Amino acid sequence: MSPDKPTSDDQALSLYVPEPEFRPGDTPDFSDVPIPKAGAAPRPEIDVEAGDIRDLAYTIIRVLNRDGKAVGPWADLLSDDQLKVGLEDMLRVRAFDARMLMAQRQGKTSFYMQALGEEAIACAFQKALRPGDMNFPTYRQQGLLLSTDYPVVDMMNQIYSNAADPLKGRQLPIMYTSKENGFFTISGNLATQFIQGVGWAMASAIKGDTKIAASWIGDGSTAESDFHSALVFASTYRAPVVLNIVNNQWAISTFQGIARGKAATFASRGLGFGIPALRVDGNDYLAVYAVSKWAVERARAGHGPTLIEHVTYRVGGHSTSDDPSAYRPKEESNAWPLGDPIERLKNHLIANGVWSPAQHVQARERIEIEIAEAQKLAEKNGTLHDGPHSTPASMFDDVYKDMPLHLRRQRQEAGV
Amino acid sequence: MARMTMIQSIRSGMENAMERDDNVIVFGEDVGFFGGVFRCTQGLQEKFGPQRCFDSPINESGIIGAAVGMAAYGLRPCVEIQFADYVYPGYDQIASEASRIRYRSKNDFTVPMVVRMPTGGGIFGGQTHSQSPEALFAHISGIKTVIPSNPYDAKGLLIAAIEDDDPVMFLEPKRLYNGPFDGHHDRPVTPWSKHELGEVPDDHYTVPLGKAAIQREGADVTILAYGTMVYVAEAAAQETGVDAEIIDLRTILPLDMETIEASVRKTGRCVIVHEATKTCGFGAELMSIVMEACFYHLEAPIIRVTGYDTPYPHAHEWEYFPGPKRVGDALRKVMEAA
Repeated sequence: MSPDKPTSDDQALSLYVPEPEFRPGDTPDFSDVPIPKAGAAPRPEIDVEAGDIRDLAYTIIRVLNRDGKAVGPWADLLSDDQLKVGLEDMLRVRAFDARMLMAQRQGKTSFYMQALGEEAIACAFQKALRPGDMNFPTYRQQGLLLSTDYPVVDMMNQIYSNAADPLKGRQLPIMYTSKENGFFTISGNLATQFIQGVGWAMASAIKGDTKIAASWIGDGSTAESDFHSALVFASTYRAPVVLNIVNNQWAISTFQGIARGKAATFASRGLGFGIPALRVDGNDYLAVYAVSKWAVERARAGHGPTLIEHVTYRVGGHSTSDDPSAYRPKEESNAWPLGDPIERLKNHLIANGVWSPAQHVQARERIEIEIAEAQKLAEKNGTLHDGPHSTPASMFDDVYKDMPLHLRRQRQEAGV
Repeated sequence: MARMTMIQSIRSGMENAMERDDNVIVFGEDVGFFGGVFRCTQGLQEKFGPQRCFDSPINESGIIGAAVGMAAYGLRPCVEIQFADYVYPGYDQIASEASRIRYRSKNDFTVPMVVRMPTGGGIFGGQTHSQSPEALFAHISGIKTVIPSNPYDAKGLLIAAIEDDDPVMFLEPKRLYNGPFDGHHDRPVTPWSKHELGEVPDDHYTVPLGKAAIQREGADVTILAYGTMVYVAEAAAQETGVDAEIIDLRTILPLDMETIEASVRKTGRCVIVHEATKTCGFGAELMSIVMEACFYHLEAPIIRVTGYDTPYPHAHEWEYFPGPKRVGDALRKVMEAA
C-alpha cells in the first residue's frame, strides 16, 4: 500500500466556531426550541440504571401546564402550604436581589450577582434536603440560604464587608459560608466545588453516615476538568451526591453552545459515566422539587449519584460588572419560552384556589418591607464604602490554625 | 525499635495514624491492593479495608479535590500523588482551595489533609519523574510544606502532618527511600539498615512541623539544605574539610527562621543547596531571609548551589544534579572570601 500523500485537490480545513442564534439587534425567536408537554415525562424508580432512562437526559421534565395545573407523575408532592412557603422564598430572593443590586449601584459595596429568573432552582432544591446535608454552591444559589433560617442581615453584612460580616471582610460579596445551614464556602473559582461535593459525599459513605451532598455548577463551567473529575469519582464510588447543572444559557457573554459543543444537552454528559441524568424545567418550582427529591432519595438510599440539568435563563447580567446588551438582544429574556418561575407558581396557587392576586401583592410587599428593614439593620454595622470594617489585624488570622512566626512578624511590620 | 527504610517508616506512620483515628484514610493511584508504585501503602488495604485505603482514578485534581471535600466533612485524608511531577492538575485545588478554605470561611470549614508525593531526581526518571516543586507550594499561604531526609523524621513528620489541622504537602525525596545518598552515584548504596537514622520506633511518635534539625554542628559556614541535599552537603563538608554547620530544614513552610538566623550569626557564612531549579527556587527565599536578618554578620556573599534552570535531563542526570563537587566548590569559595 502506498502512503497517502498531500495533493493539490485537498480541501483546506477551517475551524468551526459556534455562534448563538441571536445577537443585539436581532429579534429573538425560540419557537423552534422544543418544549415538551407538562406531565409527559415518566417518573422512574429511584434504583433505575442510567441506560434505562436515557430519554430523561434529552427532554425537559415539566409539571405545571399552561393553565397552571400540576400534571403527570412528578406532580402532587407538595401541599399547598408548602408551595406558599416556596413562593415566599422566591419572592424573598427577588426582593433581596433588587435591594442588594441597588446598594451596589449606590456604591455601598463593590459587587453583586442576582439570580433573577432562576429563583425556583435553589429554593425548591433546598426543600428536598435534610439538615446535615451539604450544598457545594456556585455564586448564584443565594436561594439555598434564603430558603433556610439563615439570617438575612448576616448575608447583607457579608455583602457590605462591614464590622458584623461573619467572614471579617475577607470574601467578595455574596461568597457566603454556613456549615450549619448546609452551605459550603463559595470559592469564586469555577467548578472546584463540584468535585469537593463528591469527596464530601464519599466521606459520608466511608463513615457509614446518612448525609448526602449536592454539587452545583453552571453551564459554562461544565467545560472545566473538575466537572469531569466529579463525574468519574461520583460514578466510580457511587457517591451519595446530587450533581446540579444550572443551564441559564449564558456564561458571562458566552452562549451555552461553547461549553456544550455538539452534545444535545448538558445532562447527556452523565450517560457516558453511567450516571442517571435528568433534564428539568428550572422555572417550574414543582418540577425542580420533584426531580431534586427523586435524586436526593436515590442518593440517600445508596443508589449513587444523579446528574440534573436545570434549564433556565439568566434574566439579569452575569454580575454588576456586566452589561448583557453588548452581546444579546434585550428582548431575549422575554422571548425565552419557560416563563417566570414566580408568576408560574403564583398562577398555580391561584388555579388551585388557595391564593389570590391581592394576597400575592400583600405577600410581596410584606417581604419587601422585611428585606428593607434587614438592610437598615445591616447598614448600621457599616458598608464597604463607609465602613466600619473588621480590624485590619484580623487579616492575619485564620491563615493557619496557629499563626506561624513569619506571619507574626509581618503583622508586626504592618503595625496593625 | 526496628531498622526501617524510608518507605517502611512512611508506611508505619500511616499505619499508626490509621490505628489511632478512624478518620484517617489513604487513597491515590495504585495505592490500594498493590500498595503503591513505591510500596509506601503496602498492606494498608488488607489491614484497614478498602473503604480506608483504595485506588483512585488517574486524576490528580479529582484526588485532591475529593480529599478537600472529605477533609471538610471531618476526615483526615492522606492522599498519594504518584510523582510530584504529576501534581499540577491538582494544583488549583491546593493553591485556590485547600489553602484558603479556613481563611475564607473564618474557620467554619477546615482542610486537615496531607498530600504525599515522591520528589527529586537521582533515579534516572527524566523530566517527568524527577522534579522538585516545593517552591510552588511554599509560595502559597495557608498550607505547610514538609520534606524529610531520613526514616525517623519521615515517620514522625508524617504523623504530625496527618494530625495537623491545616493542609500539608509532604514531599518524599525518592532517592532517599532506600538509603542516604550523598551524590556519589558511582559508589555502592548504603542501605538505611546501616544508618543510625534508619532506627525507627514501631509505635506512634511525632516530629514537630516547622522545626529544623542541626544535622552537623560547625563553626565556619552554615549550609541550608533539605531532603537529599543534606547528605550531599555532609559529603562536601567532609571532603573539603570545611567546618560546616548543616541545617536540615525539614519543613520549608512554616520555616524555622530562628534556627537559621542563630546559625548564620554564629558562622558568618551561608551556602544554600537544593535540587530544584535556581530561579525563584526556595533558595532565593532563604537567601533573602538570611540577608534581611543577618546582613551585618555576613563575611562573604551567600552562595546558592541548585539544579540548573533546564528541564531535568535524562542522560545528563549527574551533570545536572548538584553533587558534592559543586557544593564543595561553593564551600571553598565562601571560605576564601574576605
